[in-house]
Amino acid sequence: MSILIDEKTALLVQGITGGEGSFHAQRCMEYGTKVVAGVTPGKGGTQHLGVPVFDSVERAIADAGANASLMFVPPAFAADGILEAIDAGMPLIVCITEGIPVTDMVKVHSYLKERPTRLIGPNCPGVISPGKCKAGIMVGEIHRPGSVGVVSRSGTLTYDVVAQLTSLGIGQSTSVGIGGDPLPGSTFVDILRLFEEDEDTKAVVLIGEIGGTLEQEAAEFIRSEMTKPVVAFIAGSTAPPGRRMGHAGAIITGTAGKASEKIKALSAAGAIIAANPAEVGLTTKGVLPKP
Amino acid sequence: MKVHEYQAKALLAQFGIPVPRGKVAYTPAEARGIAAELGCKVVIKAQVYAGGRGKAGGIKLANTPEEAEKAARDLIGTRLVTHQTGPEGVPVSKVLVEEASDVERELYLSILIDSTTKLPLMMASEAGGVEIEQVAETTPEKIFKAYIYPGIGFEPFQGRKLAYGMNLSVNQVREAPKLMEGLYELLMTKDCSLAEINPLAVTVDGRLLALDAKVNFDDNALFRRKDIQELRDVEQEDPLEVQAREWGISNYVRMDGNIGCMVNGAGLAMAVNDLIQYCGGSAANFLDIGTLNTTDRVVNSFKMFKADSRVKAVLINIFGGMARVDVIAKGIVEAYQQMDIDFPVVVRLAGTNVDEGNRILAESGIDLIEAKDFYDGAYKAVEAAKGATK
Repeated sequence: MSILIDEKTALLVQGITGGEGSFHAQRCMEYGTKVVAGVTPGKGGTQHLGVPVFDSVERAIADAGANASLMFVPPAFAADGILEAIDAGMPLIVCITEGIPVTDMVKVHSYLKERPTRLIGPNCPGVISPGKCKAGIMVGEIHRPGSVGVVSRSGTLTYDVVAQLTSLGIGQSTSVGIGGDPLPGSTFVDILRLFEEDEDTKAVVLIGEIGGTLEQEAAEFIRSEMTKPVVAFIAGSTAPPGRRMGHAGAIITGTAGKASEKIKALSAAGAIIAANPAEVGLTTKGVLPKP
Repeated sequence: MKVHEYQAKALLAQFGIPVPRGKVAYTPAEARGIAAELGCKVVIKAQVYAGGRGKAGGIKLANTPEEAEKAARDLIGTRLVTHQTGPEGVPVSKVLVEEASDVERELYLSILIDSTTKLPLMMASEAGGVEIEQVAETTPEKIFKAYIYPGIGFEPFQGRKLAYGMNLSVNQVREAPKLMEGLYELLMTKDCSLAEINPLAVTVDGRLLALDAKVNFDDNALFRRKDIQELRDVEQEDPLEVQAREWGISNYVRMDGNIGCMVNGAGLAMAVNDLIQYCGGSAANFLDIGTLNTTDRVVNSFKMFKADSRVKAVLINIFGGMARVDVIAKGIVEAYQQMDIDFPVVVRLAGTNVDEGNRILAESGIDLIEAKDFYDGAYKAVEAAKGATK
């Protein structure tokens, strides 16, 4: 099994006719993802990459049966695109867009509350359930089907960790990038809960970083509700305070944002901390039951 | 993005928040003129992007225009070293000259976007004039909070709640909610990440006054805030970071070490710096090259390493996803063709088009130190920096 996406996922790509949207929709298709539609307002009725393009998310759901959306809408219009998809009742939105203003995300979250949509991202590499479905921009080839769940705030660091796992013969159930923004649609806790409930996930790798308190919240969940082993690495031990380290959310303001505080919380909650980012694979191997 | 105190106060005033009368001066003579115009005791405040100015001698009192001129002369043209700057300090090229206020109490008021509730959060405390983190640690009961729902906006009852929390008088409780609403409007209409008034003074004659202000802006929203972009003072920023931005490398942060780093992705870039430290070395910079389909940023990263005299060795760690490894490899070759690279360069490539990338580097004949994985790259870079003869 897997979480969030699988063979039954019928993917809509919002912004499919743009450069990035087009490139990655194609790569998702090559991976085996069922891409059923695209949305670009004003281009409804046309075809792109062999799938129908609609003017609205509502039409893409009604006419093409889309049940998940992958978003490549530019930052100035992305929040509007997310709101449209929530309004249309889209069950899952994966937003890749980097650079959405925080006040726009405040609006998105206030609309999202009480509605059944799950939002992943923004500013994330997306989600992949190896061998089944890819809704994102990650390199498909480094993944293998298996039983380790991966959840991360980072993109390329996750690729490295996944490549470590795969090279050790450890496959992944699903790898989820929750993104590097300060107000992510889904948190570590949201994804950990799904992995905890997923029968085929035996262990979870969590890749956090400086800034915010998502890792501390994850620690509390791990302590109180998680029965599966969690291996964690927190990036940014050497990051200076008050500086935005690339990701909008990766900035230490106050004590809680420091890597050391997050490591302390996760460790106290029973997570196994990888000593350095190159040892996450080996550390994970150590917690898996011997075959 | 940060702005100066005088710019922050101008924004507060624009949203109806009372600030002391004053003006910015670029010369001692201007400071004297402004003091004479104000016709009262004045405060001369160094305008720098750093807190802790008072303790560092960056704030001076002046009773007369002559004293104001002298205080300005002592500050303008110097570098101010505070606990928030490095030992090299930050340049002072202007001072704010404003009327000195007779202060009875110092309060605290701020607004930011709370990441847990995803709502604007206003915080007020009667323990002003000190860092709020300290208050939160020692006397958390003195901090009062109000979460603001964007569809509803700031409500008067929330203002009263915070005002009572700060133990304001009846008249001040009437005045405060309007001031607080102004702060909320500032946050939302100008896309601030933080707007902080510390201290918010209660004057001897009972008025509320923003004595000091810090306003930071959401970098993601600058594209629609041209007026805010224009406030940027590059003189206050690290010269290497300004240079990097000019060369199209927006995610560059100067660090303290001697290993230049070029990485794709912010998380990986942080992890590379961490791993360098784990191996006993220290990074000269954080550099996320981002996703690119041209070689420019690779070449410009090398220009950055050349411009940074501290760099003894370079580590390139690329895990191609959106970024294509062959393009990075071409960029490395171009950089070697364009400039004299006199430091050892360790290269670790993986991901999209890695075989093509490795072929390009191998055929170029450039003397690079090849790394087989993440750890190997960091280890070799640390060794290279130790053994560097440069």
